[in-house]
Amino acid sequence: MSASKTARNLDVDRLLGHHRLMWRIRAFEEAALQANTEKLVLGAIHPSIGQEGIAVGVCSNLRRDDILTSTHRGHGHTLAKGADAGAMMRELLGREGGNSHGKGGSMHIADFKVGMLGANGVVAANIHITAGAAHAIKLRGEDRIACSIFGDGAINRGPFLEGLNWAKVFVLPALYVCEDNGYASTTRTAAMTAGPGAAARAEALGIPSVEVDGNDVLAVDEAVADAVSAIRGGGGPRFIVAETYRLTGHTAADPATYRAPDEVEAAWRRDPIAKLAQMLADAGVRGADLAENERAAKQEMDAVYTEAKAAPWPPLSRGYEDVQDAGDPRVEAF
Amino acid sequence: MAVMTYADAAKTTLAEEMRRDPLVWCLGEDLGRGGVFGQYKGLPEEFGPQRISDAPISEAAILGAAVGAAMTGTRPVVEMRFADFALCAVDELVNQAAKARYMFGGQTKVPLVVREPMGMWRSSAAQHSQSLESWYTHIPGLVVVCPATPHDNRGLLKTAIRSDDPVVYMEHKNLWALEGEVPDGDPIPFGVARIARAGTDVTIVSWSATVHAATEAAESLASEGIEAEVIDLRTLWPWDKRAVFASVEKTGRLIVAHESVQVGGFGAEVAATVADALFGKLKAPVKRLGSPRVPIAYAPPLEDMLRVTPAKIAEMARTLVQQ
Repeated sequence: MSASKTARNLDVDRLLGHHRLMWRIRAFEEAALQANTEKLVLGAIHPSIGQEGIAVGVCSNLRRDDILTSTHRGHGHTLAKGADAGAMMRELLGREGGNSHGKGGSMHIADFKVGMLGANGVVAANIHITAGAAHAIKLRGEDRIACSIFGDGAINRGPFLEGLNWAKVFVLPALYVCEDNGYASTTRTAAMTAGPGAAARAEALGIPSVEVDGNDVLAVDEAVADAVSAIRGGGGPRFIVAETYRLTGHTAADPATYRAPDEVEAAWRRDPIAKLAQMLADAGVRGADLAENERAAKQEMDAVYTEAKAAPWPPLSRGYEDVQDAGDPRVEAF
Repeated sequence: MAVMTYADAAKTTLAEEMRRDPLVWCLGEDLGRGGVFGQYKGLPEEFGPQRISDAPISEAAILGAAVGAAMTGTRPVVEMRFADFALCAVDELVNQAAKARYMFGGQTKVPLVVREPMGMWRSSAAQHSQSLESWYTHIPGLVVVCPATPHDNRGLLKTAIRSDDPVVYMEHKNLWALEGEVPDGDPIPFGVARIARAGTDVTIVSWSATVHAATEAAESLASEGIEAEVIDLRTLWPWDKRAVFASVEKTGRLIVAHESVQVGGFGAEVAATVADALFGKLKAPVKRLGSPRVPIAYAPPLEDMLRVTPAKIAEMARTLVQQ
């Protein structure tokens, strides 16, 4: 169940692209944390700093018309799927011009234009939705796939069993990726989880599963490429567990004092962006090119944040839009 | 004019819609054998196992998959087998299906129908008998449909399948075999009540199987010289307050009768709305008639104790008219 460790023929251009995108995700989230500090993002945000390698390794193998669903910790996945950072930041700030006109915010970030069918505020809920999207794809005879990224906390909810069973029984084009950062909110997942782990549970359903180092974007990229190829070939669902570490707290407001400082320090030494930079430097990429990726990402997200701050609130008329077709939602109507 | 059963009326519509639109499909437990009440008999043969799909006993997955499939361009019809079992899929219905359109700012709609066979069905006891329609009326985003007749089951299911909203479609188990005239297969719009019986002295608002109890009560009241008007709401969200107001303006008296528990039932919503809007026109207090707040029992006498019967409705109407 472990990914191949054979000598790597590096595709430097592809990996430089990964490096750029990982920096864009990190810079976006650093800007979002700044916005939180400045009380411009009022609701909870769940940073994925330290987990960017999974977002990039997974989404770089998805087509624009493939479907992705995500969790409350979904900024990185959404950006990696191709969503517009400006619309996302406006959404986080609750502004007009956000992906959902400011009606969803961070936990419901979505961009259907790029096949991103939503982050979800309910742990594991996206597993079923992905099964259904894959079911529709199969019914319609399309060659798209549907992918769900969820956290390790999700494997103890019912949808992990019900949804994966569903995908297997109906031989659906579904990729399930467990982003295992070791913590379910503020609780160590291992302390609350029986048995040998997520991959073994999926294997028990007959779903081929692999475990990869989620902080090694190349390992994720390769594992996902194999899985996507099998899925598109009609082989049914695949499961990947990508081990990583959440370098921040559960939310922007969580100082995560339940973790020992040396545990966090050790995790920073496995920072996926630094790891990729080292790999690229070893392959002969100039430090200046790597630094340029970081600089450009920060510049972009600074501008995105500045622009979002200037965006107006949604007009109050938005409040009654898109509830449903039937009936009048206004209190005055009754 | 065709006469058909309540169950066949829905099946006829479903088959028609599936022929019309290849994106309509059904999923649920036991559908491959025609469904637990036979409501899908013959459809697997015509449409095959992909479009009349069996499912594991995983209500949450059934409904959650339907949400994903609805957001991916199909129109799923979900069978929940018993309304009671839909409680295993509350997150999928309430947090996902009902909210997706709004929280994603209109980027998607969730066109699905959730069929939830409801209500008391002799000695089915506490977990196979409930009427929980009022819960769903509390959830923005959902449509709630409770047909009482074969004709309405034919026309309302058509509207439900064509609707872009998630629709909770509650068929009463005791009505499956009820025969009635079905003059056409036209869609019946949501939010338009049916005057089941015209009258001038007291308005009885109801829905689902209790409409028949109300009509029977009205017939017996007529022999005593009391003319009750029976309004079948047909859909609880949206609900036809204009039809109710028009009737109560005429009669000055209102009873809302339903099989579900009276406390927090949808009758409370109707009663409060009428009391607010028509206070000056009422000749008597607005009354509700529902089940006591007791789980539904197995033994027939205990089960019957909970029923809203024609006798109970008639008695309440008599008391109101005397005031």
